[in-house]
Formats: sequence, C-alpha cells, structure tokens
Amino acid sequence: MNEKEWPLYEVFIRSRSGLSHRHAGSVHAADDQMALDHARDTYTRRMEGVSLWVVRSDLIVASDPADTSAFFAPAEDKIYRHPTFYKIPDGVENL
Amino acid sequence: MTVEDALQSYVLRLGDNALVIGQRMIERVAGEPELEEELANANFALDYIGQARMLYSYAGELEGKGRGEDDFAYLRDSQEFRNFLMVEQPNGHFGDAIVRQVLFESFYLLQLEQLADCADTRLAEIAARAVKEISYHLRHASQWLIRLGDGTDESHQRVKESLERYWRYAAEFFDGDDVDDWIQRECNGPDLGALAKTWRDNVEALLEQATLPIPDDNLDQTSFSRAGGRQGNHSEYFGFLIAEMQHLQRAFPGANW
Repeated sequence: MNEKEWPLYEVFIRSRSGLSHRHAGSVHAADDQMALDHARDTYTRRMEGVSLWVVRSDLIVASDPADTSAFFAPAEDKIYRHPTFYKIPDGVENL
Repeated sequence: MTVEDALQSYVLRLGDNALVIGQRMIERVAGEPELEEELANANFALDYIGQARMLYSYAGELEGKGRGEDDFAYLRDSQEFRNFLMVEQPNGHFGDAIVRQVLFESFYLLQLEQLADCADTRLAEIAARAVKEISYHLRHASQWLIRLGDGTDESHQRVKESLERYWRYAAEFFDGDDVDDWIQRECNGPDLGALAKTWRDNVEALLEQATLPIPDDNLDQTSFSRAGGRQGNHSEYFGFLIAEMQHLQRAFPGANW
C-alpha cells in the first residue's frame, strides 16, 4: 500500500434539483478531479444525486467539540428566538 | 451475406470486445492500489458485462437459433470469439491497464457514437446507453494517463513502455472487413477511415497533455501478430482467459445461481 496517504475529501451530494447539497461521506484522492471521480464512483452508484461537490477536508473550518457549551448551549433557553413564541395580535390578517 | 448475418456478426463482435475487456478488468478486482479505484474498476467491468449481455441477447435473436447470452459467453471456443487482440492482452501493471483502456475506449467511444445514429433501432439504443458509460470510463482513464505521464520520472517511464507495448494492437481497430463495410453502407454505421483519423487526433492530443511521445508506428513491423482477432486468431493469452471464464459452465453445464 501507499507509504503516503492521499488527502481526504468530503463529499456533498444534491439528490434532486431544488434541494441543497448534503454531506454524504469522504474519499481519498490525489487531486481535485480524482476526488470528483471517486465521489461519483463511491457515492452515486444508485442514482443518489444530480450534482456533486468535493472539498479538501483540511480546508473545512469546524467547531471544536470542546466549545459545545459556549457555542450551542446558550441557545437552549432563548425561546423568544422561535417565531412560535409570539402571539399574533387579533386583527393581523396577513402573517 | 444476408442482412441478419452481417448485423449478427457485427453485434457479436461488439459483444466479444465488451465481454473480454470486462473479464480482464474483473481479473483486477481486489488488486487496485486504492479502495476508490477498486470501486471504479469494478463499476467499469460491470458496465462492460452489462453491454455484453445486451449485445449477446440481441445477437441471439438475430441468429434465431435459440442461443442466448450465456451460450455466446460460456459455450464457444476461442476461435469463435471475434474480439480485438488489444482487449485480451494480459493486465500487467496499473499503467498497462490505463493505457489499454485509453487506446481501446478512444476507439470504442467513437464507434458507439456513430452506432447511436445507425439505422438499426435496437443497436442504436444499446449504443446510446453505452456511450454514457464509456464517456465516463475514458474520462477517468485519460486523467490517469495524464497523471502518470506527467507525474514522476518513474511513472512517466513505465507508462511510456506500456504505450509502446499496446500501440501495435490499435491498427486492428481500423482494419475493416466486409461486415464493417456492410454496416457502414446499409446501416449508416461508422466509417472506419474517418474514425481512424479522429482517433489519432484525439489520442495524440491526450499524449501531448500527458507529455508522452507518440510511439513509432514502425514498431509493429518487428513484432509478432498484432491483428487477427476478428478472424478468430487469438494470442496465446486468450485460451487462459476463457478457460477461467468458462470453467464453471464447462464443469457444471447449465449451472445457475
């Protein structure tokens, strides 16, 4: 096998026109074109998609699991951020 | 030669090319350098087997003697196969397989594109479907040829040798006989002379991108047989290929899943 591994790419597939791309998994590839080929051969064998994106995994900036409490927990008790928190006043018809 | 005879011979030849190169790719399964290439190769092999099945079924119907796809694949002897010598050559290393795929598919794709417009509806439908598959195969293999040719000194040298090894078998693609003439004339099929020129232009452009020299055409003057597949005169490797491919049906006639 290879002494040096090919870089990892993340694969995103749009399953139908109008929907957004969703993360499907990852592939190893030596360059961008090869990554696209490998994504096609690995993840769209059963008509899973109409469009593919690949991006070098090391180019993705991700949140740190250690930051979860600071990043996401504060949103837990902010119910006023949900539209359902607000009562629609009587007389407002077009909302 | 009747209409059915010529068309049947032609369809059978297409099926033989597809089956034999598909079988060669199947031999590579579990031997690819990376998992993703493994999937690609197996996908490609199965595309070919699928094409062979459609072509053999149609050949059987044209023949009208009740033979089906399995009869053509498993119950014929080597001299009854009409594939090109190129596709039966042993796999060698990864670069060999890529070069063979590029040289053969550069021809096969042009042939299929012409056949997709041919006068025989059934053959045109099979060809139109195969065009989509082979377009992708060729794209994949071409990129690899560029990577290897324009890669390291070693990859360049090895793939250059592969090219010199397989080059001599390409002339057979364009060495048509009366069946090819008939398909062109009566069926609006490929003009092999025009195909030869387009093939050469396409392959030369690709080799230039891959920084590979175009092999000397006179190379094949010194080599052993490099044509004859269409007449059933195969290379020594072919017997081993079909022995392995046909073993099960020969040992257990009519065996089924």
